[in-house]
Amino acid sequence: MKSILSVEQVSKNYSGHVALSDVSLEIPEGSVFGLLGPNGAGKTSLIRIINQITAPDSGNVYLKGEKLIPQHSELIGYLPEERGLYRKMKVGEQCIYLAQLKGISKKDAVSKLNYWFEKFEMKSWWNKKVEELSKGMQQKVQFIVTVLHEPQLLILDEPFSGFDPINANQIKNEILDLKNKGTTIIFSTHNMGSVEELCDNIALINKSKKILDGSVKEIRKQFKTNVFTIGFHGNMLAFTNALWTGAELLDHKSEDNNTHIAKVKLLNNNKANNLLSAVMPVAEVFSFNEIIPSMNDIFIQSVQSENPSIIGTQSMFTE
Amino acid sequence: MNKIKIIIWREYITRVRNKTFIIMSILGPLLVTAFIVLMVWLPNSDKTEQKIMIVDESQAINISKLPDNELVKFTYPGIPLDEAKALFHKTDYTAILYISRDLEKDIHPILYCKKTPSFSTENYIKTQLEKKFFEWNLSANNINPQLLKSARKKVDLIATKLDEKGKEIETRNENAAIFGFACGLMIFFFVMMYGMQVMRSVMEEKTNRIIEVIVSSVKPFELMLGKIIGVAMVGITQFLIWVVLSSTLTTAASGILLAGVVKDVNMMQEQNEIVYKQGSNANFEEIKNPQNKLEAITVVKDFFSLNVTEIIVCFFIYFLGGYLLYSALFAAIGSAVDAEADTQQFMLPVMLPLMSGYMMAIGIAQDPETSVAFWGSIIPFTSPIVMMVRLPFGVPAWQIWVSVTLLIMGFIFTTWLAGRIYRTGILMYGKKITWKELGKWLSYKN
Repeated sequence: MKSILSVEQVSKNYSGHVALSDVSLEIPEGSVFGLLGPNGAGKTSLIRIINQITAPDSGNVYLKGEKLIPQHSELIGYLPEERGLYRKMKVGEQCIYLAQLKGISKKDAVSKLNYWFEKFEMKSWWNKKVEELSKGMQQKVQFIVTVLHEPQLLILDEPFSGFDPINANQIKNEILDLKNKGTTIIFSTHNMGSVEELCDNIALINKSKKILDGSVKEIRKQFKTNVFTIGFHGNMLAFTNALWTGAELLDHKSEDNNTHIAKVKLLNNNKANNLLSAVMPVAEVFSFNEIIPSMNDIFIQSVQSENPSIIGTQSMFTE
Repeated sequence: MNKIKIIIWREYITRVRNKTFIIMSILGPLLVTAFIVLMVWLPNSDKTEQKIMIVDESQAINISKLPDNELVKFTYPGIPLDEAKALFHKTDYTAILYISRDLEKDIHPILYCKKTPSFSTENYIKTQLEKKFFEWNLSANNINPQLLKSARKKVDLIATKLDEKGKEIETRNENAAIFGFACGLMIFFFVMMYGMQVMRSVMEEKTNRIIEVIVSSVKPFELMLGKIIGVAMVGITQFLIWVVLSSTLTTAASGILLAGVVKDVNMMQEQNEIVYKQGSNANFEEIKNPQNKLEAITVVKDFFSLNVTEIIVCFFIYFLGGYLLYSALFAAIGSAVDAEADTQQFMLPVMLPLMSGYMMAIGIAQDPETSVAFWGSIIPFTSPIVMMVRLPFGVPAWQIWVSVTLLIMGFIFTTWLAGRIYRTGILMYGKKITWKELGKWLSYKN
């Protein structure tokens, strides 16, 4: 798939502190790309470089095959984590101003704003000063301002912070809507649930380096540990014996003497079918699932392996 | 470039529509005009006629009489003081002027009055009495007062600069000093006021947390320039409103309220002039129609000899140049801090040259040709104020050219400097900034 954005070996230092170290990424056009990493990893530095707020010390960034130039800012919509609006300015007027800075004419801005304000049921806010709005309302205005000029590349840094569940859902739907219209979206967040829900590809940055990169499906498969949960009626001991050398019982939960849920790890290249064949004679299986690690688990595991001193909790029964 | 225009417009329109701006723009001239009107009008508003009864035990006044004017009328009933005092409140006399017997020992005449007289009345009586006593003393010593008065001539020294080419330029020191100082002062206040506005404007994006959104659309330098120019336009707008309103109001006020008063004041002054020169034998015809207008003409002539075009052009150049130079520095300060309270430590070094320019101006207005004056008018940090003070006294063209060139280079330099600090400072939060830190930012790559 064609890349809309290519980051090639970008490095950035801030007076002795290394923010980015030889980071390379390819963002496929029309995809939702998750940019993940712990606090201070370098995500914001990279985002600022893409937005031309700062320049890399070395390396290049290409948008649609071209090296970054000031005009490219009109193709990018950016919702930063630290976001605010001029408090004393009226909502409508301010949106027009910010749209004009992105290269849209006043006339176009007004008609587009009318569309969005109608969609989000915000028409009555047009002449209100920003300071008169609640935080959630301000965030909505912020979002509209980001997407108003119909950017081809949308960069959202923690877009859901500040939203209640209903509004967060509305924003999520908008994001999917935009994706369907062909917008590429880079999505930086700590909310791993939304990553699984929305992202096609991810990159994980830790301590200025990229440590993980690829599609969400592939990565989760990569981190697969061949662990299965089996719910069955029968005798726990008999079940354990049946596993023999083909699988290892990691844990189990018993509802009563006859009903158990076991967590089993396959060994020696055995497949799921082998496991089932082994246990079916001694147990009545009612549920059988592979545990595919969540992005949350993958995040913790990846970062932990780089920083063994960080103690994280391994979740037991996650799917 | 287009984006800078958008920013300039936003900075301009949000400030000009602000209630504070509108109030200050209108209130300023109103207050100034009201002040001037009061200052001129009040002392002269006492239109009540003063009817003064003279009780002169020395007989000196009774014989030679004091002249009346429009508001002050003297009468000589020839009654003793006790009787005059007893009668006083039953008559319509407004005051009793008592001169005691022995003039040589007692020159403290007393003015008994029903109500405190106005300054102009007191002044008039005092002046007339002084003239009388002077003449009386001269006569007592056999000196002809007329002779003495005609011998005394008022000297009007005309300082004329003679340059190497033989060109003569009259310089009127008092008027030039006042005018030059006023110009310098205006520039000082404008630069300070609007420089601070630029600083607050720059802090707006930081405190509102909108800076990252803005700099993802425009370059920090463009944003800074847009703000500096936008605030400059607000300042120029306010300045123009003030000038137009002030001149309209004062013209209207002097036309309506002060016309009579100003005429009277002028007449009184000229009458005094004539009486002074001619003594008690003043020609009353001449008093009614004074033709001695030397003073007025001189002032007008002064103004035009000051080479007005040169001064106005230079005023605008220094006005703008000084503003641009200092507002860039104010922008840099605003970008480096998180809150207004933190600006103090950086303000002082920036304000120092500006304040010293103002201090120099006071001295230079009195002595415009010192080396302090010269260097102050060349160095770009002080030249906007100092050169304006020097200009009405006449400054060689080459000095003006050097000064303006250095000023232009100055503001280009401070703008460049500010740009480097601005682009780092606006994205910096939470760090306590020191001078050392600022220095580091200068060397950051773009």
